[in-house]
Amino acid sequence: MGNHAISFRDVRKTYPDGTTAVDDLSLDVPEGSLTVFVGPSGCGKTTSLRMINRMVEPTSGTVEVNGQDVSSVPEARLRRSMGYVMQASGLLPHRTVLENIATVPRLLGRSKRESRERAESLLETIGLDRDLGGRYPSQLSGGQQQRVGVARALAADPPVLLMDEPFSAVDPVVRADLQRELLDLKQRLNKTIVFVTHDMDEAVLLGDRVAVFATGGRLAQYAPPEQVLRAPADQFVSDFVGRDRGFRALSFDSHEVALSGVLSRNHEGETTVLGGSEATGGWTLEVDAAGRPVGWLAPGESDGADTSAHRVGGSLYRPGGSLRSALDAALSSPSGLAVAVDDSGRVRGVLRPQDVLAAIEQARGARS
Amino acid sequence: MTWLPDNVDLVLRLTGTHLFQSVLPVVLGLLISIPLARLAAGSRWVRPLMVNGAALLYTIPSLTLFVVLPVVLGTRITSIVNVIVALTIYVVAILVRSCTDAFRSVDRSVLQAATAMGHTPWQRFWAVELPLAVPVMLAGVRTAVVANISMVSVGAVIGIQSLGTLFTDGLRRGIAEEILVGVVVTVVLAVGLDQILRLTGLVLTRWQRPGGRAGGRAGGRRRDPRGGRSDSAGTAGTGPAPDTTAGRIAATGGGA
Repeated sequence: MGNHAISFRDVRKTYPDGTTAVDDLSLDVPEGSLTVFVGPSGCGKTTSLRMINRMVEPTSGTVEVNGQDVSSVPEARLRRSMGYVMQASGLLPHRTVLENIATVPRLLGRSKRESRERAESLLETIGLDRDLGGRYPSQLSGGQQQRVGVARALAADPPVLLMDEPFSAVDPVVRADLQRELLDLKQRLNKTIVFVTHDMDEAVLLGDRVAVFATGGRLAQYAPPEQVLRAPADQFVSDFVGRDRGFRALSFDSHEVALSGVLSRNHEGETTVLGGSEATGGWTLEVDAAGRPVGWLAPGESDGADTSAHRVGGSLYRPGGSLRSALDAALSSPSGLAVAVDDSGRVRGVLRPQDVLAAIEQARGARS
Repeated sequence: MTWLPDNVDLVLRLTGTHLFQSVLPVVLGLLISIPLARLAAGSRWVRPLMVNGAALLYTIPSLTLFVVLPVVLGTRITSIVNVIVALTIYVVAILVRSCTDAFRSVDRSVLQAATAMGHTPWQRFWAVELPLAVPVMLAGVRTAVVANISMVSVGAVIGIQSLGTLFTDGLRRGIAEEILVGVVVTVVLAVGLDQILRLTGLVLTRWQRPGGRAGGRAGGRRRDPRGGRSDSAGTAGTGPAPDTTAGRIAATGGGA
């Protein structure tokens, strides 16, 4: 790994009342990576983030961005060179969506027209309708506001993006969308991103590297997420990562799982066995004309033509996906069988739970 | 009913000077109060000093000021300058407090975001703090304007021309119609200015209303479907203005 975009060197932050927010932090964020600061509240993760753009000044130590000590750069100039996304979106309520996105280009002295054009093209980048450009923030949903917040941070095309719990105030469905889009943006734009969250799942999902902060502002572990889950550095990390860490760690395993066949019935009532020899214990998988799964019929229900009897299926597994998604697909399925689909969504077969467990066992063996 | 037709010119002239004496102090007072209030809003030490000090100013009886100011300023007792200065002092007394509240009403996370975007403190003040303080500030300004319109009349007692002159003159000469005209024009002035400020406020705070749109691109904007509900822009500040104003008129009427 080449350059470090951001470096903390023996950084300490103490307040006059004696509390330590950040305790002797040394950490390098590689260029182009997404690093997540995670930890319980009051662990100094946000304080550390804010030292990067001098919203907080360290008591001692230095923070460098691209090799330059940030304290040597005038505050306003430094901040304009970084994108910043915050929890409550922080949009200016008296400015329209386009005006909000154009904030930093305008501060940098670019013309109104140029800034506006840039803002309009960013609306597309973040998947918002152009018509929303003239709205005020209060007229947007929480998820839309957060998207605009991201667009605003990207407007001046900064190499560094600082994100302070940006998705914690939106509902889980929207959050999942935003997380997926962030990963997508990261792929396309090649930014160095520092992301603060208190949610370990979010950290594992997004981070190339995860910095776990402990109470008292101590950096407990700084490693790729898989390593944090499989080999917590100490008791604190192990406790923070939580009981589900074994299950979560399966996200990083993608071992081949044996497919079994399934009795399926299409919309015309024809039954076929999809994917090898049948092993479905009397359950029938309902599929549509294109062969995509619709739902399950319990044993004995499969005779009637009435399709309303089917049970809604669970999550789907794509061969090559993580073992976590395979296990989840099995656990969430009414029949106990994980439905495997190809990229176009057609059923390729099913996974029996015992085969998933066998694959987990093999993956473990392959690691050690 | 013959007095008014013969004296339209007088009434118009007095209305003009009355308006001038009421509005100029508000402008001056606002210019003085905004920096003081911004200072007070930003500091826990300065705030009580400033807010209480301003409140103290308001306890000085207006007539006393009208009499004392010429001595201090070296102006003639009937000079309009005395009224302007006196009322500016009252406006500051009202506005320092409401402007302080206005600045404190601005969402901290918005201010933080503005700083994080790279606004300098000066840019942040003009681009963010001041526009967002307008709704609450405007409530104070409306109070001050209406209070001033009632207080300017007091100057007539010591011979400074205003609509109050119609009261003193009408009383001395026993012309009921003249007094009535004075009352009606004063009320019209107060209500009219208050409405102008209210509408100005609506324009400046379009962003607060769900139906509002910027730029005026959409043709149907003027008749946006906000109904009567959000008439006062839904701010905590704008609502109470007319009430306090009415109370203030009563209070000054008795106190002067």
